[in-house]
Amino acid sequence: MGYQVSVQEGPFNVGSEYDALATDPNCGAVVTFTGLVRDLPEGGLDAIELEHYPEMTHSLLEALCERALDRWKVKSIRLIHRIGKINLNEGIVFLGVASAHRSEAFAAGQFIMDYLKTQAPFWKKEHSERGSVWVEAKASDRTAASRWQEPE
Amino acid sequence: MIKVRFFALLRERLGTSDLELAIDHIETVSDAIQTLKQRSERWQVVFEDQEVIAAVNQQLVDKAHPLQADDELALFPPVTGG
Repeated sequence: MGYQVSVQEGPFNVGSEYDALATDPNCGAVVTFTGLVRDLPEGGLDAIELEHYPEMTHSLLEALCERALDRWKVKSIRLIHRIGKINLNEGIVFLGVASAHRSEAFAAGQFIMDYLKTQAPFWKKEHSERGSVWVEAKASDRTAASRWQEPE
Repeated sequence: MIKVRFFALLRERLGTSDLELAIDHIETVSDAIQTLKQRSERWQVVFEDQEVIAAVNQQLVDKAHPLQADDELALFPPVTGG
């Protein structure tokens, strides 16, 4: 059981991340998710820029992985989040979860992404031909995270 | 003293990334925000029309969270990573 978290400027390679997760003979499932830079509805996006709170980001992502390992029977987790300038269509975030069976890996992965979206201190700014605009938080992301709350 | 840090849109609108506040009369995150609002009319406007999330010593907290000398208070807009 374990996890690996990286907050980095450079790109990641989904294939090698998958290969690192697919080595445990007791794991019958690897679930991966990649979040990409998407164009604006009206088009014209060049790139995004991701600001973060460096002293907090890494430990918060680690805490999310630990909570997922406590709650579901998953064997290993790899989580990468990029910062700085990221071009259209490039990957922003990679999450991979390996477990014996798929349902635990899917649930743990959705839990991590839903909490990452509402708690991890990252902020996106979109650069397009019309200027630069900070992205606003979505109410639907908060609703998605609230479904994982357990009774105290 | 309390170290206060600002991020993203809040940092840009205030025109500063960090400052120090004297702990006198500040017991909670809410008190610190009230003190910041008194700096100028612009600061008051920013804190009144911007939703602000708080973290103390790198942990997310609510506005009633107590503050002590040497704490690091971070204030920022709702997060948009992932």
